Amino acid sequence: MLEAQDLAARRGAHLLFQGLSFRVPPGQVLVIAGRNGSGKTTLLRILAGLTQPAEGRVTWLGQDLASPAPATRADTLFAGHAPALKDELTVIENLLALAELAGTPLSAQAAQRALDACGLKAQRHLPARTLSQGQRRRIALARMALGGPRLWLLDEPATALDADGLRLLAALTGDHLAAGGTVAAATHQPLDLPADRVQTLAMA
Amino acid sequence: MSATSHPASASRREDADLPAPADFGVFAAVRWAVARDLRIALRSRAELAVQLLFFVIVVSLFPLSTSPERQLLQTLGPGVLWVAALLAALLSLPRLFAGDLADGTLEQIALSPYPLPALVFGKVLAHWLATGLPLAVLAPLLGLQYALPADTLVVLVGSLLLGTPILSLVGAIGAALTLNTRGGGGLLALLVLPLYAPVLIFGAGSADALRAGLSAAPNLSLLGAGLLVALVGAPFAAAAAVRIALD
Amino acid sequence: MNLYRFASPAAFYPVAGFWMPWFAIAAAVCTVVGLYIGFVVAPTDFQQGQAYRIIFIHVPSAWMSMFIWLVMAFWSLLALSMNTRLSAMMAQALAPSGAWMTFIALWTGAFWGRPTWGTYWAWDARMTSELILLFLYFGVIALRNAIDDPRRADRACSVLILVGAVNIPIIYFSVQWWNTLHQGASVSLTAAPTMAATMLAGMLVMSLAAWFYTIAVALVRVRAIILEREQGAAWIDAPDLARRT
Repeated sequence: MLEAQDLAARRGAHLLFQGLSFRVPPGQVLVIAGRNGSGKTTLLRILAGLTQPAEGRVTWLGQDLASPAPATRADTLFAGHAPALKDELTVIENLLALAELAGTPLSAQAAQRALDACGLKAQRHLPARTLSQGQRRRIALARMALGGPRLWLLDEPATALDADGLRLLAALTGDHLAAGGTVAAATHQPLDLPADRVQTLAMA
Repeated sequence: MSATSHPASASRREDADLPAPADFGVFAAVRWAVARDLRIALRSRAELAVQLLFFVIVVSLFPLSTSPERQLLQTLGPGVLWVAALLAALLSLPRLFAGDLADGTLEQIALSPYPLPALVFGKVLAHWLATGLPLAVLAPLLGLQYALPADTLVVLVGSLLLGTPILSLVGAIGAALTLNTRGGGGLLALLVLPLYAPVLIFGAGSADALRAGLSAAPNLSLLGAGLLVALVGAPFAAAAAVRIALD
Repeated sequence: MNLYRFASPAAFYPVAGFWMPWFAIAAAVCTVVGLYIGFVVAPTDFQQGQAYRIIFIHVPSAWMSMFIWLVMAFWSLLALSMNTRLSAMMAQALAPSGAWMTFIALWTGAFWGRPTWGTYWAWDARMTSELILLFLYFGVIALRNAIDDPRRADRACSVLILVGAVNIPIIYFSVQWWNTLHQGASVSLTAAPTMAATMLAGMLVMSLAAWFYTIAVALVRVRAIILEREQGAAWIDAPDLARRT
């Protein structure tokens, strides 16, 4: 259960939002919608524990996310605006390094399978610098496909993805929810998911 | 779409793939950061070479601005090498975090279950291995330009080996503090160079003491003590600064 | 009494407004008395003549320059550990005073050095430390100005101030070490072996003046910072704010 109580956030003197409360039970996705600058990314960063809210608090399974325990961090997958790729490393090296950093180290075979499933089979051993924007996004999909963390925090996951990529994103998210996972996604593109699994939070 | 119909589900983690549960220790964190950053450094060798060349050029310019007189060069030599090492460190510091911030890796590092100070320390260690250590290795060659005697060269290399890690450690705090700011490299210099003063004094002073017929040991011991203080304190301060920069 | 009440900027604003004039008056009185003692009552030094009288300004400002950093470090520690906004504002309000005190110490030191050592700048250990301290103050002020979000600026400056607080003694020690190696013992600024009682009194009164001045100016600044930061807060728009000054 992801729970937020009475959140408020400021950027400088400007109040982004206040009095924001929600509960996302397992198997549900919170779609954070709203125009640019409405605080979608800020909210997601608060959920991740990167940004401290001006007021209120966020809990995951009862634990405060302002200073989470290592096990909680390992249980969270944050896919931000930038896909966290190093141009100098190959695609598979990037994926292995990110997984190890996130506390879920994996074998090269598992990494290969995830990349194959996300349509990056041919690019495995190419430096990340050669990838297109959409392909970079697909590495984030590969991280999701690996499984492990139960809480996914996705910032504009649909950006730059083609139709096939969007289908893959919806399938991965659907599988994750069906398996009892929880998702919070800031997006202005509708995700192709069953309506009973989706909560929409419209940012003013 | 069901869990079995899509190819992505084939890659779902199977129990056989799971390694033993990690305990998110300090050692593993340092190893991760060192391995990754060194690998990246080795693949961008050209940039490292440019920094080393900068060091060589700065050192080589000083005699041109004064005189090639042997006596003068021997007096100036250790100080010039140390100031050049300071500037070279300053030049390389922005690389420490700025790239990771721009591509989103720094967020992943801050959200990792591993202790952030350990990850930061690993990055600093890799930074030193890639930028500080080569300076110390190159120093004897440049010392010859300044007609430094052999014993002075040995002390100089020793002082660089003890002092350049401090430059990386303390510099990491400045590099993290200036992330996401408008000041850029100038601000970093303003923050970091005053803090470098003791390293410069003890580092260049060790070779100077030798020239004055004194022992270099006190200077080197003080550098070692400074290194210990920086090792204990700087990773925590830099980690705090990283979190602040991401807020 | 609940001291935490004053940790809120809204509560502190009127308190600062009340105390500020008293500290300003105390600073003015101490300055007049201190300067009178220093320039009229205190005897002429038989070695240094009249030039020594500059220490009545130099020494208090040098003390203040280092002490203000310590106070800033205290507020920064509070700001980081308790997450109190007001303490970071206090540190911010003190930084320019610290820089000024350091600058005055350097300036007066140079003018004392000219007649005494025959040079404005002698790489004396204390003077060199003061110079590095001035750079550190500039660094804090510049870092503050380079970060747009005030809350992030508060925390970043707090870290820098604390790192500086650890380093200042090391810098001071290292410069002294360097100085003894290179120059031997030079004439120290405060080395008058037997300081006349009136000299000491003058210096202490001038130190009090520097204290009161710093507090008064910091209170003025912190009020300005509070107004700037709390724009739009209900208590600032309240009609009785003017009366509550």
